[in-house]
Amino acid sequence: MNSTATALAAAERPAAACTPATFKSGTKPIWCPGCGDYSVLSSITKAFAMLALKPEETVVVSGIGCSSRIPAYTSCYGFHGVHGRALAAATGVKLARPELTVLVAGGDGDGYSIGGNHFLHACRRNVDMTYIVMDNHVYGMTKGQPSPTTEPDWDSKLAPGGTGVRAFHPLVIALASGANFVARAFAGDPNGTAEILAQAIRHPGFSFVEILSPCVTFRPEQREWKEAVHPASVTVTNDPARAARRVMTDDGFNIGALYAGDRTPFPLGPRRPPIPLTDLEAEFAP
Amino acid sequence: MATTTSKSNASDPAHGGLSIALAGSGGSGVMTAGTLLLSAAAKAGAYGLMVRTSGPQIRGGEAAALLRIAREPVASLDDGFHLLLAFDWQNVHRFADEIPLTGTSLIVGDEGEGEAPAAFVATGARVAALPMKKMAKAIPGSWTNMVALGLAGTLAGLPREAIEAALRDSWKRDEASLAANLAAIDAGAKAAAGIGSIPKLPKLSPGDGRWLISGNEAAGLGAIRGGVRFVAAYPITPATELLEWMAPALAKVGGSLLQAEDELASINMIVGSSFAGVPSLTATAGPGLALMTEGIGLAVSAEVPLVVVDVMRGGPSTGIPAKSEQSDLSYAVSGLHGDAPRLVVAPTSIADCLATTQWAVHLAEALQAPAIVLSDQFMGQSRAIIDRPADLAFVGKRLVAEANAPDFKRYRDTPSGVSPMAVPGVPGTAYTADGLEKNEAGTPSSGARDHIVQLDKRARKLALHDYGDMWADIEGGGELAVLTFGSSTGPVREAIARAAANGVRAKLVAMRLIAPALPEKLDEALAGVKHVLVVEQNHGAQFYRYLRAWFDLPGRPESFHRPGPAAAQARRARRRDRRGGGPDFRRPRAPDRFRLKTR
Repeated sequence: MNSTATALAAAERPAAACTPATFKSGTKPIWCPGCGDYSVLSSITKAFAMLALKPEETVVVSGIGCSSRIPAYTSCYGFHGVHGRALAAATGVKLARPELTVLVAGGDGDGYSIGGNHFLHACRRNVDMTYIVMDNHVYGMTKGQPSPTTEPDWDSKLAPGGTGVRAFHPLVIALASGANFVARAFAGDPNGTAEILAQAIRHPGFSFVEILSPCVTFRPEQREWKEAVHPASVTVTNDPARAARRVMTDDGFNIGALYAGDRTPFPLGPRRPPIPLTDLEAEFAP
Repeated sequence: MATTTSKSNASDPAHGGLSIALAGSGGSGVMTAGTLLLSAAAKAGAYGLMVRTSGPQIRGGEAAALLRIAREPVASLDDGFHLLLAFDWQNVHRFADEIPLTGTSLIVGDEGEGEAPAAFVATGARVAALPMKKMAKAIPGSWTNMVALGLAGTLAGLPREAIEAALRDSWKRDEASLAANLAAIDAGAKAAAGIGSIPKLPKLSPGDGRWLISGNEAAGLGAIRGGVRFVAAYPITPATELLEWMAPALAKVGGSLLQAEDELASINMIVGSSFAGVPSLTATAGPGLALMTEGIGLAVSAEVPLVVVDVMRGGPSTGIPAKSEQSDLSYAVSGLHGDAPRLVVAPTSIADCLATTQWAVHLAEALQAPAIVLSDQFMGQSRAIIDRPADLAFVGKRLVAEANAPDFKRYRDTPSGVSPMAVPGVPGTAYTADGLEKNEAGTPSSGARDHIVQLDKRARKLALHDYGDMWADIEGGGELAVLTFGSSTGPVREAIARAAANGVRAKLVAMRLIAPALPEKLDEALAGVKHVLVVEQNHGAQFYRYLRAWFDLPGRPESFHRPGPAAAQARRARRRDRRGGGPDFRRPRAPDRFRLKTR
């Protein structure tokens, strides 16, 4: 038994009342007043409470960016890694310890630009975990540069007059790559978002939730999002092609679970009882 | 060509052993024949080594299996080859530097494949040809490389039973096809009589408890023995076989291996899995190590144990993927941004890949730090017959926080620098692992004081650890010491033995622990030493410069550094014999030699 297994075996677990407050660390978030991420944090703790998770058996993993600060604001085990690699780190956590609940959180730059390759492969691999992207179509922490979801004509110091490059469509990419649950949520609706997150966490395999989370500092016009969003007028489907057609033709403000697939999740845990280590040596006898 | 009195030469294979090169185009069965020849030698009771070398295409280009078989354990290739047996000559001339021949060597080609390349013929070696392809064709279902195997094995004096046993052990096809290939082996063996002779192996008796293993396999086994149960990695030459060995082995012992989408993912996956409490490893080569450095830095900062095996190949950039070089040393010891103390260790032989990797897991877990293992293509892809390595007590054991530990601070500034690590699943010790600088509780902090406390802590835990005797292999004595590391150790050890035969004493210090630098340990090892020679296989004298930066070396240290891909050979690391009894395999390349000079 290694030291980890010993510590786990020895751990006593007093039953605690499970409320959203159970999942708050008490650390004051470093976000601008009015940032959508405050509400997302609240939705996460609500969802955890709804599912009666234990903080010590839940791991929140992130990369770098404003929204990626979120793990330290929860009372769960947190992992605040390097830029763009949250999904990789989270995959390692889940494969090593399948019994833990793993939530990955980050922004559009972290997830779709520097971490874009990991996004594709996390969807494909379909490991049972939930990925939320707080999308505000801007790099906020570095003070306002265009991200992959920024409109091509959005003017900024780094790209005067706009990038001229079309925006990335994360939901379609997720569907095409094999994510098993796809939803769009809005930070301004914390209760609705909490419901969607609970569904996403409960759903087997890789769940992806795109959360429109306004950056009131660098994209003040996103305050208008609260007027634009509306519940998706269709029910959730298990047909990825249908879901993809919907999200490619909607106005980008359809809120709700859009796709719940039935792909078999990535197999976790040992598939057979371990053999003694000395048995590995047999093949080296000449 | 000088006549020789040296113990290790062509006319005395009992000491220097017997050296055979099999060459041809990739896919022609060169490596299979070489592997079977080595396996037959093992069954007959010999020790030996097979080095693989191939062109940049890896498959489809030129390939060679370089063997040295002997009565005693073998750690490096000899100065030259007794036999070059080529299945065809397609681009085989590219190995001219790696397959040195002399007038006593024998070259055998296929009659239907044209003349032997001038570069080989110019050595004065005897040249013969045999219609190997035709012979195989005459026995339906048989292959040319089996004719070659029969020929080479018989020339070497290996018993037919040993060759047959080697083939039977690896056979995966039907009996009829086995019989055909055994007939091909016999045809090759029969042809040996008329083709010219090479020295034969002495009478051998099978030894107990020997292993036939590659450095990559040994490293994988060492990792598992050390406690590694999760691996994430991306395929890369010459590290892939390590991963291919570990994938089924891990599954058997309750672990798993994941093929990641790239090296950025591999390293971050194992930071995650180790954070979650499972000892973890990745293996790569130079280009992959370059991609991984940000993640290794995260492991330094967040104090997450992990092991990265770097099977070094020729660099920079894509470099020479399938050939060996010790040129990632500088990058391993200093290639992270910020002040980032890390462990760097290097196995000193194929067998030692096991012990050193196991030790690396132990150190990483004990010190909650990343450890880089500097193997290389020579050790990783070579296969050797060795005595079963001793069992080591090094098992990864990390200091873990207890549930609800009072006043738990993940990064507490302890005297040893090591602080209890909380494991997800354990209540009352939740924290956020972070690449940001932090205070003792783990809360991000950009304050000067917190930065100094944490920098000191991370450096101190490596500096204060007791590394015991594992830090170096130290052998012999005298006023001259040869400092080396990794796969250069074998040739240096042999060079020192040859020098001893000529009355020159030298001490070997092969450093297994490269970083952190332990100047007191080396001072102790070099007590009484007046001259130091540093030997390594790279162009930039990286080890020499590292030693000059961190250690006080006696006298005026000399450097002997040569880049790959020519395999490190004792010839290159040997005293020039001033009495005229020169080495049998001397080649007109004096700059390739250094002198064990006593000033």
